[in-house]
Amino acid sequence: MYAQMVKTAGKGLKTREDMSDQERAFQDKIDADIKIEPKDWMPDDYRATLIRQIGQHAHSEIVGQLPEGNWITRAPTLERKAILLAKVQDEAGHGLYLYCAAETLGVSRDELTQMLLDGRMKYSSIFNYPTLNWADIGAVGWLVDGAAIMNQVPLQRTSYGPYSRAMIRICKEESFHQRQGYDAIRKMAEGTPEQRRMAQDALNRFWFPSLMMFGPSDKESVHSAQSMAWKIKINSNDELRQKFVDQTVPQAEYLGLTVPDPDLKWNEDRGHYDFSEPDWPEFFDVLKGNGPCNTERLAARNKAWDDGKWVRDGLLAHGRKKRARNLAAE
Amino acid sequence: MTRDEAFLQFLLRMGDNTLILGHRVSEWCGHAPVLEEDIALANTALDLIGQTQMWLGLAGEIDGGKSADDLAFLRDAWDFRNVLLVEVPNGDFGRTLMRQFLFDAWHSIMLGRLMTSSDARIAGIAAKASKEVTYHLERSGDTVVGLGDGTEESHARMQAALEYLWPYVGEMFVNDDVDAEMAKAGIAPNPADLRDEYDALIGHVLAEATLTLPESRFAHKGGRDGRMHTEHLGHLLTQMQWLQRAYPGATW
Repeated sequence: MYAQMVKTAGKGLKTREDMSDQERAFQDKIDADIKIEPKDWMPDDYRATLIRQIGQHAHSEIVGQLPEGNWITRAPTLERKAILLAKVQDEAGHGLYLYCAAETLGVSRDELTQMLLDGRMKYSSIFNYPTLNWADIGAVGWLVDGAAIMNQVPLQRTSYGPYSRAMIRICKEESFHQRQGYDAIRKMAEGTPEQRRMAQDALNRFWFPSLMMFGPSDKESVHSAQSMAWKIKINSNDELRQKFVDQTVPQAEYLGLTVPDPDLKWNEDRGHYDFSEPDWPEFFDVLKGNGPCNTERLAARNKAWDDGKWVRDGLLAHGRKKRARNLAAE
Repeated sequence: MTRDEAFLQFLLRMGDNTLILGHRVSEWCGHAPVLEEDIALANTALDLIGQTQMWLGLAGEIDGGKSADDLAFLRDAWDFRNVLLVEVPNGDFGRTLMRQFLFDAWHSIMLGRLMTSSDARIAGIAAKASKEVTYHLERSGDTVVGLGDGTEESHARMQAALEYLWPYVGEMFVNDDVDAEMAKAGIAPNPADLRDEYDALIGHVLAEATLTLPESRFAHKGGRDGRMHTEHLGHLLTQMQWLQRAYPGATW
């Protein structure tokens, strides 16, 4: 999932007594697992929260092209280059589905883009970390897509129809990306000493930022209860983080890589791994714009948008001329 | 020049064109003017890299059992056989799409001829690539028309792109000994024989785009025979080949 700290609109969870008749009927549909569709009535806060969440997810797909694009021109084989290109292309496609899903809620892609560019909307903190060696591309697929899938799989059942359908499509491609990422880093872990060093270095840098992708601990999570009642958040942040750690640690062991957490150990009683919390002050710093790459990422998106203005204007102008000529010919 | 030597040169020319252009197009990743263009550019680059694997794969087989990766990542600039057109820097989006169009038009005509090559391997690769390139040409042509016949600014930029790139077009139609050998064997056409069809094709599109074709037929040459590439190729290779060069013998 590429949405973190999505603030749920409204004043928190209402009791049935506090709900209007319309709100009660809406909640009953959600409780009965009936999808909400664009033309159905929905509370304003539900709509606003979904726009924030889907928008943030879409922006993450778009900004997420940058750290991976950073290595496309340096991919070490033609096959790796093709795989990476296909992956980045998929991600841009995910962005497109998600913007379309958001548009069904009454916000245009251009409006959402503008909010990303001027910093009013966020994207996932993970994409503010740099990709410094080739193994990072494997690590991004393995860990970042892996963490994303943890959250997206349950969201296939989310209450909002267009979002749920977008998630179903996206999940298929994401799990493919994760397998490719694991394969790429496995090749490095099994390679020369230098390649092993790259793989370990990538894991060292991406481990904790990946854990941060699930958002802050449940104790600090704002307004989760309402989003959960609306089924636009299915599991708690800590549940998913635990699940991710439990799944990923054996994969790291298989690669012979060391998870950079001295306190990581299997807890027989809980049936889960115990692990260290990420550095939360760092997380909040990144969200505030102080991550290693925030400035570059946003500058790159702004430059692409500004440099592309003449192209968008030109194509629109041509479309208008063509329509006018067609009308005149009729 | 023996038939085998000429055949290898021909394959390198085809594969290096797609390799270098695919690389250039991939530089756009995440920086395109609109999301649909990011997707389309990545898709074009992906197709070109896939075609490279086929052309250079076959070239490597003939060249003493090398792999396509050996050829892509371990040759120096003087051994590259791509036309200069594909190695010039991207410039703005207009120049990138104009370059794509000028190349796609040649590429689609060339592949059409290669589909009837006397060499079944060539015909097979051409048939596969041709489907992709038909789409590339449709898209780059539409974009050239849209931007040429768009706003005053987009028109001016496209005209400037055409004027900058035009001197690199002629190289695609120069015949040499390699071409003569390939034509004699019925493997590939003489490039000069494609020129009329090319001029008709681009003339039609550029007219619709309200763009003016430069009159000069001057052509920069030196890429497809490796005699003199631009200064840009070395920088491109520095980036593309870095990992393979820095960590020789590793598998990725």
